[in-house]
Amino acid sequence: MKVLVAVKRVVDYNVKVRVKADHFGVDLANVKMSMNPFCEIAVEEAVRLKEKGVVTEIVAVSVGPTAAQEQLRTAMALGADRAVLVESNDELNSLAVAKALKAIVDKEQPQLVILGKQAIDSDNNQTGQMLAALTGYAQGTFASKVEVAGDKVNVTREIDGGLQTVALNLPAIVTTDLRLNEPRYASLPNIMKAKKKPLETVTPEALGISTASTVKTLKVEAPAARSAGIKVKSVAELVEKLKNEAKVI
Amino acid sequence: MAVLVVAEHSNGALGSATLNTVAAAQKIGGEISVQVAGQNVGGVAEAAARIAGVAKVLVADNAAYAHQLPENVAPLIASIARDFGHVLAPATTNGKNFLPRVAALLDVDQISEITEVVSADTFKRPIYAGNAIATVQSSAAVKVITVRGTGFDAVAAEGGSAAVEAVSGPADAGKSAFVGEELAKSDRPELTAARIVVSGGRGMGNGDNFSILYSLADKLGAAVGASRAAVDAGFVPNDMQVGQTGKIVAPQLYVAVGISGAIQHLAGMKDSKVIVAINKDEEAPIFQVADYGLVADLFEAVPELERTI
Repeated sequence: MKVLVAVKRVVDYNVKVRVKADHFGVDLANVKMSMNPFCEIAVEEAVRLKEKGVVTEIVAVSVGPTAAQEQLRTAMALGADRAVLVESNDELNSLAVAKALKAIVDKEQPQLVILGKQAIDSDNNQTGQMLAALTGYAQGTFASKVEVAGDKVNVTREIDGGLQTVALNLPAIVTTDLRLNEPRYASLPNIMKAKKKPLETVTPEALGISTASTVKTLKVEAPAARSAGIKVKSVAELVEKLKNEAKVI
Repeated sequence: MAVLVVAEHSNGALGSATLNTVAAAQKIGGEISVQVAGQNVGGVAEAAARIAGVAKVLVADNAAYAHQLPENVAPLIASIARDFGHVLAPATTNGKNFLPRVAALLDVDQISEITEVVSADTFKRPIYAGNAIATVQSSAAVKVITVRGTGFDAVAAEGGSAAVEAVSGPADAGKSAFVGEELAKSDRPELTAARIVVSGGRGMGNGDNFSILYSLADKLGAAVGASRAAVDAGFVPNDMQVGQTGKIVAPQLYVAVGISGAIQHLAGMKDSKVIVAINKDEEAPIFQVADYGLVADLFEAVPELERTI
């Protein structure tokens, strides 16, 4: 079967971002960008399903700026067969991304779509669920285990308090949690080979979708800084401070 | 405009996150209704009706809504939501699971994990793992929002006397089925609601060593959490994880033991009132956010702390 994997270009998770002085967002000029860590897990899961013989073709999709081609090349170096970029230089909200992905799903007809559970820039945790709603497919969010069995996929999900397993009819949408797998690194020969794999570019207009949003960002601020603390010398001093100064125990 | 709050519940009990979400609804203003969807949820509906400030409880009791599978619950909520100006759910794994599906069915954007209500259409929410706070404004006819519980003080669970009304919605979509559940058992307070949280990290060395944290936690009446490093190393189950990808906590006192303080962990606990760090590495980033830092070997300091309290 065919699998579609969605990947997002985001600021690298090791970068400590700074809010811009004009409060119109965070400063992303000259900052290292990478594939969103949850998307890496999604690509890895698709590749493992292919290695098990369950999957025959992996299509990587990204909705974002021209530079997101880099992340699609990375996905292909990791094992995706080809890639589609829905190119838009606007900052799109989850619903617009879900609509773009729906258009690609309609065209490609995959049996399984794997996304990360959230992007570490917007921290929304919405796109997979929204894509499931738009396509009418079942959804297995926060997956820590994925098993395809016939025309169903069993997904073990990380929930508050433990784990839950659901059986979903295919085609289905799965979003990955951290413990689903440990993503591999791309090898140099595979990075070279990925440069020759096909990468198609389309625009939201060509797909006939609207990227209009009902939400706008008015301001982005730095969080309130914590006042500097002190270092205590002993456990006795710590307990004394907690009891008499902070009054929390 | 009226506000609909989707109740969090499991195993026949109302989830405490519902109370924080009702508090956010009160800040928005307007009549508050609580929606309870599930199977055999009469008790949950009664508990919801007693929440202070709730005017109406809408109960959809149907086998199709058992385990709140989003394929079935989202169309139900979407069908009811059209009569409301706002639909709110707690940012629990349940709320995060079904609410974006509701938003897409209504063809509106969702606003995730608000921590502050500025006005009925403007909200604040953390982005970039809490390293920036965005103020966002929604022009949607129905504003679909998840609420970060630690951003709002819970309303009283008693004192209300809302009318309970049965509602029905779409039948089982037949796309998904519940197979099973494995829940971690714990007698300690729930992590997200605890007044004190004691957390261990990679410095704990192994899972057995967490016993010294459990022992300290029991003396303090605290919940026990963990960093992603401790979870990934297999020391403790992942529902104990505090961080951007785990639970967000904001207790009165947070004790970080053997935790370096990576960005992803700080995103889950930096709104705690008082932070204590115990770490033998005095360069650890956790000391930059800790109110009280103790540079010491945790295997000596934690038992001593327990004896001294």
